[in-house]
Amino acid sequence: MVSLTKSYRNTFILLLISLLIISFINISLGSVSIPFKQLLLSLINGDVAKESWRTIVLDYRLPKAITAIIVGSGLSISGLLMQTLFRNPLAGPYVLGISSGASLGVAILILGASFLGASITSYAFTNFGLAIAASIGSFMVLSAVMIAAIKVRNTMSILIIGLMFGSLTAAIISVLAYFSSASQLQQYLFWSFGSLGNLSWNEIIALISLFSIGILLVVFIIKPLNSLLIGENYAKSMGVNVKLTRSITLISTSLLTGVITAFSGPIAFIGLAVPHLTKLLFNTSDHKILLPAVAISGSIIMLICDSIAQLPTSDYTLPINAITSLLGAPIIIWLLVRKRKIYY
Amino acid sequence: MKSMSKHILKVSNLSIGYTSKSEVKTIASNLNIELKAGNLVCLLGENGIGKSTLLRTLTKVQPTLNGEIVIDSTKLETYSYANLAKIVSLVLTERLPDSSLTVFELVALGRQPYTNWIGYLTTEDLQIIELAFEKTSTKHLMNSKCYELSDGQLQKVLIARALAQNTPIIVLDEPTAHLDLHHTINTFSLLKNLATDFQKTIIVSTHEVNLALQLADELWLMTPSKFISGKTSKLIKDNDIGHLFDSDLISYDKALNQFTIKHNSKN
Repeated sequence: MVSLTKSYRNTFILLLISLLIISFINISLGSVSIPFKQLLLSLINGDVAKESWRTIVLDYRLPKAITAIIVGSGLSISGLLMQTLFRNPLAGPYVLGISSGASLGVAILILGASFLGASITSYAFTNFGLAIAASIGSFMVLSAVMIAAIKVRNTMSILIIGLMFGSLTAAIISVLAYFSSASQLQQYLFWSFGSLGNLSWNEIIALISLFSIGILLVVFIIKPLNSLLIGENYAKSMGVNVKLTRSITLISTSLLTGVITAFSGPIAFIGLAVPHLTKLLFNTSDHKILLPAVAISGSIIMLICDSIAQLPTSDYTLPINAITSLLGAPIIIWLLVRKRKIYY
Repeated sequence: MKSMSKHILKVSNLSIGYTSKSEVKTIASNLNIELKAGNLVCLLGENGIGKSTLLRTLTKVQPTLNGEIVIDSTKLETYSYANLAKIVSLVLTERLPDSSLTVFELVALGRQPYTNWIGYLTTEDLQIIELAFEKTSTKHLMNSKCYELSDGQLQKVLIARALAQNTPIIVLDEPTAHLDLHHTINTFSLLKNLATDFQKTIIVSTHEVNLALQLADELWLMTPSKFISGKTSKLIKDNDIGHLFDSDLISYDKALNQFTIKHNSKN
């Protein structure tokens, strides 16, 4: 009897424990040092020595950790989906210009505000307005890349097309920036640094709801995604509706990337690097295993990046986008040098 | 098991080709085939004559221009892709994408038409996968990555995947294109066994003409002028084989049952 694919339970348990530990570390870090016991008491709503500690933990640090988990897992899942769909190990929301699309949406909203009516902009400047603009932007760029991908089969060409879309959106953003006021520019710039903080509980609930819709869509295409690993023609011959699978992948990816980018800014390399690291750890291509695995690993790595960005014991917070790039780029280089070739 | 007298594949008056916006490009027409289960069929013809187009049409990858295809007593166009996946499985000539899929995962994908929404493998699925490994003697490769395999091993594993799909018909597009003589013969004898011992209908497009003459139960010859299908022995007897290549350099030697280089001094 052939054995069932080997059990991944232990690895999953290990990852979940790491996630829990790193979450606690993340919450305990910050400009105000809070004793560990008081931290726990705030979380379980016990008697805290200082009421301000409870506020810091519950209204600032906990939302930020939750945001990090959602951003990390969402971007990593998007990266995994892109890599399978484009059959390319270098695909990811950032490389394929999808994050740039989201940036364009936000840029048009913030920087193009002078061209829009004041009544629209008042609503538009809320985080929800940004989320809608970013999702539309990412969906448009992703569809454009996908249409190109249907015509151009060569994966290298698709990557270059993705890069070109990235350049195009960057160019449009510079033109918009040129005609914008200093305050608009500053607002956009801060958004583009990326930030996991500053989300209210209401916004986090919105983020979680949209994230859940994206994830729910993905769950239904786990099986067809596996068959796409050996190419569209084989997938078709096994009865898979390739068109539908591709559309669902596109919609969920742009939803996840768009919403996350809107609330947290464009965050590089998580979507590209985490799926590869996870595959090293789990040694499988089965999306049934990989999707949850990638989600947990992505959360862990995002929490680590955020903990580093806190600059422990200092009052400064570094832009999260810089940290993920500083960590992510060397990982990709290391993977390529070590294995000479990466498989998705 | 299917009744032996019934045709597993019946093609009448088929035209194949491509339709674009303005024109219809016919590649071959007036194709007629009657095929019973448990036969190894070799599809022979020059490069670019339309072998792949024919296989693509027979497997509903592209539409027919004219005529009718009946597979297992049902018209091809009435099959849903999900149902067709239980009747016909494919081994394609294209390279696999560079995934880190293991051999077991690849072969297990063959069970997709039968598994539930998330692809859970039941004991029955695992037994069928096991059998596919045994028939192709590839069980020792189970935990290897697909990209670690040699071309010969990969071909066997792809056939194992088709077997796991457990279809009465298996269609292979030039399965031995990248293989040396040893692995080519190996692959063909495996296909022959599958046809004889397991009543599979195996349709192979190939350039291994001499092997096809020795092993195939039926031949489909695609020549520029016409399409001929029939039992190998009959096509040899009727001298249809000789029309396969329109060339001054190759000729069919009936005594050897082989294609040979034509010597100018003779005839």
